[in-house]
Amino acid sequence: MKRSPAASLLARLMPVLATTAVFIAGFLICSAAYPNFASLRVVMNLLTDNAFLGIVAVGMTFVIISGGIDLSVGSVIGFTTVFLALAIERWGFPPLLAFLVILAVCAIFGAAMGAVIQYFELPPFIVTLAGMFLARGVSFLLSTESIPITADLYSHLADHAVRLGGGARLTVPAMIMLAVVLGGMVLLHLTRFGANVYALGGSRTATGLMGINVPRTTVAIYTLSSVLAGLAGIVFSLYTSSGYSLSAVGVELDAIAAVVIGGTLLSGGYGFVFGSFLGVLIQGLIQTYISFDGSLSSWWAKIATGLLLFAFIAFQQLTLHLARRPRRRPRLATAGAAP
Amino acid sequence: MRVNGLARRLPSIGTSQIVALLVILAANWIVSPQFFDIRMQDGRLFGSLIDVLNRGAPVALLSIGMVLVIAMRGIDLSVGAVMAICGAIAASLADSHALPVVLAAALGAGLACGLWNGFLVAVLGIQPIVATLILMVAGRGIAQLITEGRIVTFTSPDLAFLGGGSVLGLPTPVVLTLGMLVLTLLIVRGTALCLMIEATGGNPRAAALAGIGTKLITVAVYMWSGLCAALAGIVASADILGADANNAGLWLELDAILAVVIGGTSLFGGRFSIILAVVGALIIQAMNTGILLSGFPPETNLVVKAVVVLTVLLAQSPRLGGYFAGLPFNRPKP
Repeated sequence: MKRSPAASLLARLMPVLATTAVFIAGFLICSAAYPNFASLRVVMNLLTDNAFLGIVAVGMTFVIISGGIDLSVGSVIGFTTVFLALAIERWGFPPLLAFLVILAVCAIFGAAMGAVIQYFELPPFIVTLAGMFLARGVSFLLSTESIPITADLYSHLADHAVRLGGGARLTVPAMIMLAVVLGGMVLLHLTRFGANVYALGGSRTATGLMGINVPRTTVAIYTLSSVLAGLAGIVFSLYTSSGYSLSAVGVELDAIAAVVIGGTLLSGGYGFVFGSFLGVLIQGLIQTYISFDGSLSSWWAKIATGLLLFAFIAFQQLTLHLARRPRRRPRLATAGAAP
Repeated sequence: MRVNGLARRLPSIGTSQIVALLVILAANWIVSPQFFDIRMQDGRLFGSLIDVLNRGAPVALLSIGMVLVIAMRGIDLSVGAVMAICGAIAASLADSHALPVVLAAALGAGLACGLWNGFLVAVLGIQPIVATLILMVAGRGIAQLITEGRIVTFTSPDLAFLGGGSVLGLPTPVVLTLGMLVLTLLIVRGTALCLMIEATGGNPRAAALAGIGTKLITVAVYMWSGLCAALAGIVASADILGADANNAGLWLELDAILAVVIGGTSLFGGRFSIILAVVGALIIQAMNTGILLSGFPPETNLVVKAVVVLTVLLAQSPRLGGYFAGLPFNRPKP
């Protein structure tokens, strides 16, 4: 309270700045190791390859800031790809109609999970775990094979890209992800809904007492997360041109890891969409480094992600610890020196 | 008085789970009439029922550790990865070292993983979901590091006995699970530890003020969970005579959590039942076996599981007055 607005803003942005610093440092290290790394092409591929993860991470950020968690997103992606492949290839849906239908199905699914969490006062962890089983199970029931999607729209969208020179292409999945990240930032930081999400993460009871419609906000948050997972599924099917019930297994963990690396508190009430975006890019950077190296085995990616998670969480605990200390003393000081 | 309370409480809690298990077993009997047939062959019992016990052993072992963690209002997402680590260690050492060394190394690794989790939760004060997520993500990488990305196989009959052998006619995994269950019950229910765990789960601050060493108990409980996971990993490895770091124990942490929740232990901590968690694990396995026996495609497994979880969850929901009130529509909407 005593700090200047600029200083308090800086303190608020600290975790995101730390994530940004890690991303830049990581990129510089990679560029120093491999001269070809520092190119627009690598950056654009980083965006394309992680587009679906970025979209899911935006939804996960909302859920986690509100104090919840959504384990179902990976299964929803898998379900979406299978549904799209079947709808377009077997049932003869036009692709755009299939997109609309699947987004509506995902919205209903998310709203149902949110409603169960809200009205039955059940822990989000276990409700979305059931949702995870259900979505994956239904996609197994639909089909257990990998179905190629051959619709014209898919090949058009795959070819369509903004060419940036040097072989760099801003692809459709990357564009969708950037749009979702921007939209998510606007929704979280500039709208009343976003403010309600932060309030929920701070204290559910207090939020209710403030007159905010807690049930509607909770349902909306899980609906948003599932719709974004559905959108990520559409992007994933564009990226692979197929639908497979086993696709995107474990993506929920990558998304949660990205959100945590991005500086969002898992206890809720604090976090940024942009941080999660950087968290996704850092994970992508690790993967890209390993594929550039060629001799490093893929498991190093898991270990490196685990270490990064630990480093960021330890950093958060430290900043929380430090932030709690000095605040008590200034309050006494300002009480005496109030203008 | 507490004993009286328990005596009155436990049967009323346990009935729904035991009835559920009996219903599923009966359903299995309907789809496969020879379900309850048990025959003796080469000094070992065989049959679908024995198979349920045998296949359910790893998840039952995990749920023994998990129920204590959840009773402390924690959660341990890393048990699947710990299984992979310990299985990898056991399989890589099996042919070059004696069984006691192999077991000591694998169980020691499980305890170390639990110590790490407990340290993060109790000392650094990190939320259990996040703290154990770290090892869940990194653990599988560590297991692959140990096996160097290959599927390590072994021929040692000593270790293989733990997975495929039998003691007094019962498969060794079942005997190990029973042993672990009895040991845990003796330690937890035989001492004041049970009360301390329930107190810590109910209200950590009040428990600490009442003089309970909550940090020490938290670390100990996570280590116990790591030990159970290590044993499950050894059994899983010994069963397939090898270690597959990619798939050993994959998603079993979710099954274990599910078993605990089906067993009636609340994720919000407090009251818990170790035996009912094991019953929960058996319910899950009986469902899996039943779906396989019935000739339904195994794909239906996850859907059935989801429906069962939802039913159990709704039955436990604080919003629903009683177990038999059943329908959510009986209550006015808030």
